[in-house]
Amino acid sequence: MIELRNINKTFKVAKRNAGFSEAVKALFKKDYTYIHALRDVSFTIGDGEMVGYIGPNGAGKSSTIKIMSGILTPDSGECVINGRTPWKERVSHVREIGVVFGQRSQLWWDVPVIDSFELIRDIYKVEEGQYKKTLSGLIELLDIGEIVKTPARQLSLGQRMRCEIAASLLHSPKILFLDEPTIGLDAVSKIAVREFIKTINRENKTTVILTTHDMQDIEALTERIILIGRGRILLDGSLSALKSRNSSHKTLRVDYVGEGLPASEQMTVIKDLNGHGEMLIDTDRLSVSEAISYISSRVEIKDLSVVGETIDETVVSLYKEFEI
Amino acid sequence: MKQYLSFFRIRFIAGLQYRAAAWAGISTQFAWGGMTLLMFWAFYQNGENSFPMSFPELSSYIWLQQALLAMFMAWFFDQEIFESITSGGIAYELCRPCDLYGMWFVKNMAVRLSRVLLRCVPILLVAAFLPEPFGIKLPPDGLSALLFLVSTVLGFLVLVSFSMLIYISAFYTISPMGIRILATSVTEFFTGALIPIPFFPEALQPVIYALPFASMQNTPFLIYTGHIGGAEALGSMAVQLLWLFALVLTGRLLMRRALKKVVVQGG
Amino acid sequence: MKLYFKYMAMLLKSQMQYKASFLMTALGQFLVSFTAFFGVYFMFDRFHSVDGFTFSQILICFSITLMAYSITECFARGFDLFPRLIQSGNLDRILVRPRGEIFQVLTANMEFSRVGRLIQAIWMLVIAVSASEIQWTVDKILTVVMMLIGGVAVFAALFVLYAGISFFTIEGLEFMNIFTNGSLEFGKYPVSIYGEGILKFYTYVIPIALFQYYPFLYLIGRSEDVRLIFLPLLGFLFLILCYLFFRFGLRRYKSTGS
Repeated sequence: MIELRNINKTFKVAKRNAGFSEAVKALFKKDYTYIHALRDVSFTIGDGEMVGYIGPNGAGKSSTIKIMSGILTPDSGECVINGRTPWKERVSHVREIGVVFGQRSQLWWDVPVIDSFELIRDIYKVEEGQYKKTLSGLIELLDIGEIVKTPARQLSLGQRMRCEIAASLLHSPKILFLDEPTIGLDAVSKIAVREFIKTINRENKTTVILTTHDMQDIEALTERIILIGRGRILLDGSLSALKSRNSSHKTLRVDYVGEGLPASEQMTVIKDLNGHGEMLIDTDRLSVSEAISYISSRVEIKDLSVVGETIDETVVSLYKEFEI
Repeated sequence: MKQYLSFFRIRFIAGLQYRAAAWAGISTQFAWGGMTLLMFWAFYQNGENSFPMSFPELSSYIWLQQALLAMFMAWFFDQEIFESITSGGIAYELCRPCDLYGMWFVKNMAVRLSRVLLRCVPILLVAAFLPEPFGIKLPPDGLSALLFLVSTVLGFLVLVSFSMLIYISAFYTISPMGIRILATSVTEFFTGALIPIPFFPEALQPVIYALPFASMQNTPFLIYTGHIGGAEALGSMAVQLLWLFALVLTGRLLMRRALKKVVVQGG
Repeated sequence: MKLYFKYMAMLLKSQMQYKASFLMTALGQFLVSFTAFFGVYFMFDRFHSVDGFTFSQILICFSITLMAYSITECFARGFDLFPRLIQSGNLDRILVRPRGEIFQVLTANMEFSRVGRLIQAIWMLVIAVSASEIQWTVDKILTVVMMLIGGVAVFAALFVLYAGISFFTIEGLEFMNIFTNGSLEFGKYPVSIYGEGILKFYTYVIPIALFQYYPFLYLIGRSEDVRLIFLPLLGFLFLILCYLFFRFGLRRYKSTGS
């Protein structure tokens, strides 16, 4: 159980201006600006949930993750994770969490991956029998049996990321923080990583909190998303609700034989050329199936597809709506 | 030339940005110079007669050394250059439309000079107001001052051309680190950074003056203090010029050979 | 402790991946300290004594300081590289692990090529001991051991202090050089030669005098006060203070995240 209540955090940053005279001035006097990284952030995440934590760069995502993993102390507010306050009981807290920083490595660069694993086992004091069991499970699921004997520096990015994730799970944490786990990965590795995350969430009931800029990650993995912008929680809800909220229009792409596409008040023809056409349907007033049956009554449909707003477009329109 | 100038300007502004670093550097060098002088003072009290130069001369020497530290220190290296050599990234540099030796040379000069310009004035100012015999004095006459300026430029060029050899050595060895440590400490020692060259045993002096290291900081500092002057100073400066030519020539030759190898092996 | 050796084995394994580089660097480290030795030698060649100390006496003081520094450097290198740990964000990785921060910083980096300098220091101590006119009775040997232990404590404290300050300013860290490198450089000579004020500074502020001056007086027979043998142990007090400062910095890091 993760509970955040009214978390606030402000950073003080030195201003630096361009230009020579400004640089000389800065030698003697510095201006500071205050950045409100988090304002009244509150949410609750239950055991075994999988949550996507999204927002543009600098919105406050990593500050929140840092607070939840005990690295950062907030100015005010409460955070209780499995009965503990992370920054007050760091050591016992971090034993129960796993963190993957997508852009940083925790594997020792020059030694075989398996050696890093064994060191991590000792750091977390994982009992030998338990370690063997967890490790063989991870090796099988992530398909890294072949590569754990290779030094990390020789691995491809995808291979390394799989090993990074394994390393973060060796102590069977109850909560897993994933900070951009698929950044820079090729399509195959991305899918493998997503599948794996799904599996551990389902089988081990591991709570997963995922920050990413890759909306396909969110779409493939999470039911619930929390949107943060300018340090405030803007939205907390299910992905499908979010999607439907913004997509009151759908596009129908039709290949047909006949006179031409029929237009009405609820559906407009965007394009119609030589038997290929696109129509925009106002789904508030006309359901997709009604639209299809109406069209098929006028022309003979050869092929048809429904094009909704992609998740990326949804998020962009969300960012626009909240002006972040 | 213009690109070099703008490069220098950027470095200088970047240096100004880090005001804490500048103040820290200034006070460190000041403390360092002070401690060094106190150490020599202890020896001076003990054996005034064995002192190879007057104490005020030594004070000027030490303060110049501290003020111009970034210019003459041997242990400053541009990590980027080493990395571009060992990682093969040098291929990109070769694509640029300028002479690589010249570019690295100027880059080194710019980094060093920008640091010195920022730091030397406060150090010299405070040192000028220290009580006798610990403060820095003006050069004995205008001619010494002029010769000092020319000789400083020459010494600076000699040092940079020597450090170019160390960069170039990275082409020829798998581990530039060991060579770097060794070359650095040898340079520091024979250039007079640990103890000024006049303090070396008399028997060793001819040998040391035959090395390129004496032509770096030692010559201009001795000219400034008036320890050497007139014809002797001009002679030392001729030696500086000689070393400059020799080192640049060696550097360019070795670099051309190394680059040929790089091109042949494909990085 | 077992884990410490595991880390050590791991880092050794990593560094042995580049054997040639390792050996060259170790050799470099070994030869470097010779210049420091010659610096002292040349001064004595000219002046024969300073403040009443002879060359062989100075050599003992120098080699003990150098050795204490090299030992500390071998295991506390992680603190030396601490600013980089902060800048690269790897301190966050340390903080999400269930072990003490100090332990993890210690094990974050050990540079084994520094062994070169240590070997040089041992060698010099041997020469200094054999060249000296000291009668090596038990109390004198104990004094040397105490000086070394105290020296390691003080240098370790300086490294910890260095790391602690990097929580507040990374740019300004250069100033610490006067205390870390400076202590090695100026600790070659008994710090009394720099004058009364400096001796006080090195006694009460940065207590190098505790291990390299006062017990040294007993060692060379200038003082008969047996208490001086154990004075270096006060270095641990300094270590504790520096550690508390480091903790303070870490708390601040957690509240500013930078």
